[in-house]
Amino acid sequence: MTITLQQGSYIIAGLAFILALAGLSKHETAKRGNIYGIVGMAIALLFTILGTVLTTSSAAGDIPAAPGWTIPVLIIAMLIGAVIGITLALRVQMTGMPELIALLHSFVGLTAVLVGWNSYLEVTDHSDKVHSVELFIGVFIGAVTFTGSIIAYLKLSAKMKSAPLMLPFHNWINLGALVVFVGLTVWFAITPNLILLAIMTVIALALGLHLVASIGGGDMPVVVSMLNSYSGWAAAAAGFTLDNDLLIITGSLVGSSGAYLSYIMCKAMNRSFISVIAGGFGSDGAVVGEAKDYGDYHETNAADVATLLTNASSVIITPGYGMAVAQAQGPVADLTSKLRAKGVEVRFGIHPVAGRLPGHMNVLLAEAKVPYDIVLEMDEINDDFPNTDVVLVIGANDTVNPAALDDPSSPIAGMPVLEVWKAGTVVVFKRSMNTGYAGVQNPLFFNDNTLMLFGDAKERVEDIIRAL
Amino acid sequence: MQIGIPLESRPDETRVSATPKTVTQLVGLGYEVVVERGAGSKASYPDADYEAAGATLVGRGDAWASDIVCKINPPIDAEIQAMSEGATFIGLINAARSPELLEKLAERKLTVLAMDSVPRISRAQSLDVLSSMANIAGYRAVIEAANAFGSFFTGQVTAAGKVPPAKVFVSGAGVAGLAAIGTARSLGAIVRATDIRPEVAEQVESMGADFINVDVGEQQESSDGYAKEASSDYAEAAAAMYAEQSKDVDIIVTTALIPGKPAPRLITEEMVRQMKPGSVVVDMAAANGGNVAGSVPDDVVVTPNGVKIIGYTDLAGRLPTQASQLYGTNVVNLMKLITPEKDGVLVLDMNDVVQRGITVVSAGEVTWPPPPIAVSAAPAVPATAAPPAVVEPAPPKKRSPYAGPIVMAVCALALLALFWVSPENLLGHFMVFMLSVVIGFYVIGNVNHALHTPLMSVTNAISGIIIVGSLVGLHSASTSAAVAVLSITGILLASINIFGGFTVTQRMLTMFRKA
Repeated sequence: MTITLQQGSYIIAGLAFILALAGLSKHETAKRGNIYGIVGMAIALLFTILGTVLTTSSAAGDIPAAPGWTIPVLIIAMLIGAVIGITLALRVQMTGMPELIALLHSFVGLTAVLVGWNSYLEVTDHSDKVHSVELFIGVFIGAVTFTGSIIAYLKLSAKMKSAPLMLPFHNWINLGALVVFVGLTVWFAITPNLILLAIMTVIALALGLHLVASIGGGDMPVVVSMLNSYSGWAAAAAGFTLDNDLLIITGSLVGSSGAYLSYIMCKAMNRSFISVIAGGFGSDGAVVGEAKDYGDYHETNAADVATLLTNASSVIITPGYGMAVAQAQGPVADLTSKLRAKGVEVRFGIHPVAGRLPGHMNVLLAEAKVPYDIVLEMDEINDDFPNTDVVLVIGANDTVNPAALDDPSSPIAGMPVLEVWKAGTVVVFKRSMNTGYAGVQNPLFFNDNTLMLFGDAKERVEDIIRAL
Repeated sequence: MQIGIPLESRPDETRVSATPKTVTQLVGLGYEVVVERGAGSKASYPDADYEAAGATLVGRGDAWASDIVCKINPPIDAEIQAMSEGATFIGLINAARSPELLEKLAERKLTVLAMDSVPRISRAQSLDVLSSMANIAGYRAVIEAANAFGSFFTGQVTAAGKVPPAKVFVSGAGVAGLAAIGTARSLGAIVRATDIRPEVAEQVESMGADFINVDVGEQQESSDGYAKEASSDYAEAAAAMYAEQSKDVDIIVTTALIPGKPAPRLITEEMVRQMKPGSVVVDMAAANGGNVAGSVPDDVVVTPNGVKIIGYTDLAGRLPTQASQLYGTNVVNLMKLITPEKDGVLVLDMNDVVQRGITVVSAGEVTWPPPPIAVSAAPAVPATAAPPAVVEPAPPKKRSPYAGPIVMAVCALALLALFWVSPENLLGHFMVFMLSVVIGFYVIGNVNHALHTPLMSVTNAISGIIIVGSLVGLHSASTSAAVAVLSITGILLASINIFGGFTVTQRMLTMFRKA
């Protein structure tokens, strides 16, 4: 095989990956996009494996084939990986998607670390300073991604407390680790040795741990997309180390995709990326939740809500993370189809940061068989609230808080929110009167057109369905 | 504590101050409830239902001897004597017009909570009996008018000819007026309404009626939520408007009341005379002197020109079942407010404007009228000694229009310096890198928000391409055992990503379906 054939296959694969991401822009083309991704991956893998098992000729001289025993080992490793991957993919609950995504990020991060170490170990001549720097950066990003994703996984799957870890001077710790990293990079470029690489790897692993541990559960959409981005940059850095353009292309695509998602999430919370990374809400000592008199809330029951819904002509449901926690998406979908059968127009309004993953609510609702064309995003639906009879707020809090718009002193001031209070009646499903992630009281609950329905969201929705 | 629900002593009173449903709620608040036998019979609530709801049936004396007596009408002298000293009375008092009643209640060292003195603030709406009764009365006023009216309300085209819709004019768009508008509209009539407060026009229109404005340059706004007396200019313009309307419409419902004053006279004898024979006027203010000339409280008067003037004062009581339920719920909401621990112990907080407002006699001391509160003003800011923690919104940073290009130029120069010292082949990679990042941003920017999760899982899958790095490592596998192990591990991990990522993406995408 010639090196040009292999490089050529990478160009085709890179193009296929771009088409894969482009396909996801619409529901109609999304599946085709995934197929493009699979095809691109298959081409790249095929020619890389051929390059491994065959002698590859290039202008600079032939690259010998890898030893013969590697072939069965390689196939077995891939098969084991495939079995694990496919099993995870088929078993995962849609509520568990954030965990799976975080776990997959960690694999990319770890692989990047391994690839970096490999490329140090397999050559004896380390005089190329540029190569050393590339390698160092690749391992650093990979290691941060690895431990960061593991922590994100543990927090998302509730195996670890999701509250932010607040070490004193935590921002200085992060900054210090970065400074040490830069210093070590320079040192490594001058005198490359394994010990420096090991020290740096340990520091990067610790930085990843600390970085994500100090971010709270509600900021997870940003963290997960940030880690997505890092896993891409790690792959791109590996591409630089290995002089491999396909890794650079794919890594940059993934890296910019994650960065863009983080940007959308931050914009949807009206917070800067830095402030999310630097820790949770209120950590800068802002005055939160003054003991303000909001008046009384009005409690209601499932039967009354059922009557309200039957008499309504248009209903909007705004779900939040609480719906996922209560596993209420199935009953919500049932309620939706029952109401639609009665001729009530039912739509969903999704805030960009609802859930623990960008687009999490959409996937949950899709799993519950809610048609995607009635699931609208915030900007599409916000103008329709004044003409809506009933809004059901299920497990959402900060994303429907009017204080974001009218109280400049609120910690969430300026955050775009779903303007549910403009509708005729708002029914809020809630466990108790506790505050949301931002720790801010929600004046919505005390409005005269707001009715509170307390209890487990799933049970309450089932009660409503029975009462219909 | 024990709550007593006595039978109303006024012979024409059909309502009762608690229903089996509200008794359950009162019991839930920790109270013991006793109901006088037969208390709910006129409102179709049999004794057995009360018993089933957790109340004890008792005689008259026992009901009145309770710690808290809850009633609708003001107590008569005998009833005041039947109460134990220090007890609490809850009911309608009409405090403004009955100072001597307050004195008598105070003499007995009672505490009196007047359900008709609830301040008109939104927080207190759930206990506002005047609103809930006015709502029923407004509905009933239209029903009474329809009963007395000789034609359809709705217009019809029948085989026997065309029937024009009735025209209804509602004066006063308070709770009663709005209820009347809604009822008349749902019967199919053409409804017009007026009010001295122009700001209610929107509410009137939302109920489906036309708002008739009295055209003078004067704004009538009130700080306590009730209408006020009008000036003479306004009165003249209003009179002209009423005269015009009364010639045209079939039904007039008047609801105008001014707290503590006789009802304003809106419809004069002359206007009544000009109405069409068979027209109906319902004077909902008949008890307070009447809005309509010639109305007689609790009676129907037919004028010489055949106009019926209905002056019923018990319109709410004509729907006793519904009225009792709403009154009872208002009472429950009050009890919730003054039973903060839900332990059946009544605690009055005189610093709360709502509780202060309804308490007209407090342990033998007349506390009426309460200090005025304004509802149109902004919510009261709690007075604190600490300086207000006002967070000034940071002024938007003024950026020079040149800032962007300058930053770009600096970055470009820095990169140029970097590339200058870079090896040749690195630049080729940088070109690929830069183009891919830009393409990535544009491609991802088009991705539908709903597909962000599949996007993340597909990027997971394709970032598994890092397997290429591990595969390349196999070339050196025979020279170093460490490299072999690291490569194989990398291949395994990246394979999980590739296969898992694509599979889960496919699984998610098949779930999305169109309606």
